[in-house]
Amino acid sequence: MTPLLTLTNVSRRFGGLLALDGVSLSLTEGEVIGLIGPNGAGKTTFVNVVTGVLKPTSGSIVFRGKRIDGLRPDLVARAGVARTFQVVQPFPRMTVRENVAAAALFAGGVATRTEAVAAADSHLEFCGLAREADKLAGSLSLAGRKRLELAKSLAAKPKLLMLDEVNAGLNASEIDDALRLIAAIAAQGITVLLIEHLMKVVSSSCSRLAVLHQGRLIADGPTQHIMQDEAVIEAYLGRRYAEAQKGAGI
Amino acid sequence: MLWLQVLVNGLALGGLYACIAAGFSLVWGVLNIINILHGSLIVLGGYLAFFAHQYLGLNPFLFAPFAGALMFVLGFAIQRAMINPVMMQPVLMTLVLTFGLNLFLDNLMLAGFKADYRKINLQPPLGVLEFGDIILSVDRVYAAAVGLALVGALWLLLRFTQLGRAIVAVRMDREAAALMGIDIRFTYAVAFGLGTMMAGSAGALLAAIFPISPVSSGGYLGKAFVICVLGGLGSIPGVVLGGFALGVIEAFGALALGPENAITISFLLLIALLIVRPTGLLGRRGFN
Amino acid sequence: MMRWIWLSIALVAAVAGLLSFGDNYLLRLATTVAMYVTLAVAWNIVGGFTGYPSFATAAFFGLGAYASGIMLVNGVPLGVAWIGAGVVSTVFAAALGLAILHLRGHYFAIGSLVVADVLREVTNTWVSFTGGGMGLNVPLVGGAAAAQARFFLISMAILAVAATLTAIWLSRSRLGVALQCIEQNEDAAQVIGVDTRRAKVAAFAISSLFIGIAGAIYASWTTYIDPSDVYDVSLSVKPIIMALLGGVGSLAGPVIGAFVFLGLEELIWRNSLEFHAGILGLLVVALVLFLPGGLRDLKGRSVLTWVRDKMKGRTL
Repeated sequence: MTPLLTLTNVSRRFGGLLALDGVSLSLTEGEVIGLIGPNGAGKTTFVNVVTGVLKPTSGSIVFRGKRIDGLRPDLVARAGVARTFQVVQPFPRMTVRENVAAAALFAGGVATRTEAVAAADSHLEFCGLAREADKLAGSLSLAGRKRLELAKSLAAKPKLLMLDEVNAGLNASEIDDALRLIAAIAAQGITVLLIEHLMKVVSSSCSRLAVLHQGRLIADGPTQHIMQDEAVIEAYLGRRYAEAQKGAGI
Repeated sequence: MLWLQVLVNGLALGGLYACIAAGFSLVWGVLNIINILHGSLIVLGGYLAFFAHQYLGLNPFLFAPFAGALMFVLGFAIQRAMINPVMMQPVLMTLVLTFGLNLFLDNLMLAGFKADYRKINLQPPLGVLEFGDIILSVDRVYAAAVGLALVGALWLLLRFTQLGRAIVAVRMDREAAALMGIDIRFTYAVAFGLGTMMAGSAGALLAAIFPISPVSSGGYLGKAFVICVLGGLGSIPGVVLGGFALGVIEAFGALALGPENAITISFLLLIALLIVRPTGLLGRRGFN
Repeated sequence: MMRWIWLSIALVAAVAGLLSFGDNYLLRLATTVAMYVTLAVAWNIVGGFTGYPSFATAAFFGLGAYASGIMLVNGVPLGVAWIGAGVVSTVFAAALGLAILHLRGHYFAIGSLVVADVLREVTNTWVSFTGGGMGLNVPLVGGAAAAQARFFLISMAILAVAATLTAIWLSRSRLGVALQCIEQNEDAAQVIGVDTRRAKVAAFAISSLFIGIAGAIYASWTTYIDPSDVYDVSLSVKPIIMALLGGVGSLAGPVIGAFVFLGLEELIWRNSLEFHAGILGLLVVALVLFLPGGLRDLKGRSVLTWVRDKMKGRTL
């Protein structure tokens, strides 16, 4: 199967700092893959580079057969790549419904405002926000705003959805709800890239993990293998923990 | 040797120009306010010096810091009373507010002092220095010296005094600064007062060299803009660099295209800079 | 909807009344208010809908005035000259927009402000083309004074209506949604697929079309223009004040604000010719300090309690 998204040797430099260092990664359609790594590993830079917010310093990014590195963010969005932000970015003075309708109208390719509103309602239903449809986006709780982000990205009719720390700030039951929703999204055939630094989340949702550390991809493979990979454990938890784990025969 | 003379002329004004822009840059960098009132404050400082000279016989170069001190009080009061309430509002509001204040002050001065140009005529006149073929006006040298001294003093204040560090801290992170026990409102008022002080001093120095009138306030504001964008917002060295740069550019521009086009040149330069490099030559965030 | 219908009927009746019975002074006043409505509504498209504080109104106005004036001097028919001036203004706005609309906040405001100054200086120096500082005499429209006055009122009124209808259409269109998204969160707008550059430039261009034509009509109306008159910074600031008065970003706000502003202006002018600009300055200060939301802030409270609330509520 042709890959959906292929990064080849992608680097991004900020002055002296190499935030991404020769990352090569391929995603196939329908996957749910986790992108993990300690803070500062380059995960958000990764998303920013793929979605066109930043240009890669070198390397190429191919999505559905077309190069998208360096394209404007709105063009990347219309090509079928959607993302959520770590710090949620709603349109605060528009209603929840209007927020989602806007996404449907532009990236989602819907022709008229009435159609966009109808599409918005179905996405809101799917994300469990139907009752809040008329509230102003700025008045929602954090969990509500995260779900709004999700609904907006779905309205953009993406083939690839990148979720950046969608669980940050949520409590345990909210996280469970979010994971259920993500599973439902994946079931629709949308490829999901989940950026997380919580191991618990990715182990249950993702079949494959890619691990970034200081800008480099240090591991990429089935979830169970990665979670036991020494290099990964060391990167996350430190050398002594890794040795302790080895010593305990885990 | 004409170009050398022109170069010298331009550089000679650089110190004074730095003084014109320093206060503007401080207010913009720390309070995030473009102070449209700045040009009028300069003119007001000029009038203070003019009348101090006319009625008290005070030398404008020596009076400049005192004009500044008086203006500081005014600036502090204006900020506390009128600008503080709108600090958190969008750019539009603060611009319109300072525009309104400027309109008021300009017309107050027009009503009080009339539009005629006044000039301080120092007796005996200061004359010129000659270095071979190059002529240098002594008044410009004094103005540049005092101007740079004041700018230097401001830099020292920001760098090494507690008050100065408080101002820098507030700019970098308002909430953190408040948590550290810094009185935000007071700090903002002081920063604005300092900006006004620099404007007033610059005006006093300008009055010694050029004729002043409320009509010229817009021109000084324009210069302050260009200098800030040229040299980069948020640093004193940037203001000094920008001041010298503008002085030289204006001098050569006047030579090439005629003095009446000097203003147009600086505005075109401003637009070009905004398009290409709004952070200027030395710009960075924050104010050091 | 009903409100707009009643408002329109009232306005049409007022205009008809003026045309039949108004003396020259009233006609002049009405023409001025129509011009103000046009400028305020047009500004609101960029400043209110899109959230970009434009100070370029004077630039487009002056450009339109001179474009039309020069065309008329060279024998171009009136209607063509006016529309042509609008086209010139729009093309210039599109180019300017591409150059400076990527700037945010202060930088954009300053850039837009300075453009008028540059245009003014260029106009001043290009004497052979524009008459320079001595001004330009614009050919008379012809006809009796009263008929002329009526003609210009009708022209400005039609322009004002066109501008307002365009603003209403815009607010309901796809472009309008794009602008609203840009105003509330430009980065998020890009992420959901809005071509922000194109949307902003379009708004800028549409806005300038009306401002340019207003300038053209103004030039023919006053029959004499000079650079410091038509590129005056007050032309950039007054529409903002009008929008602030009535409520930035709303549809009726700039319209109401234009009427209120004209009333205030006439009041101040008549009572203090000497210092009227200074009083305007005070008015602006008071407006920003006490009525950031426009006149809607005043609704339903006695002035005293409202002032007291304001004094109590003012903190950093």
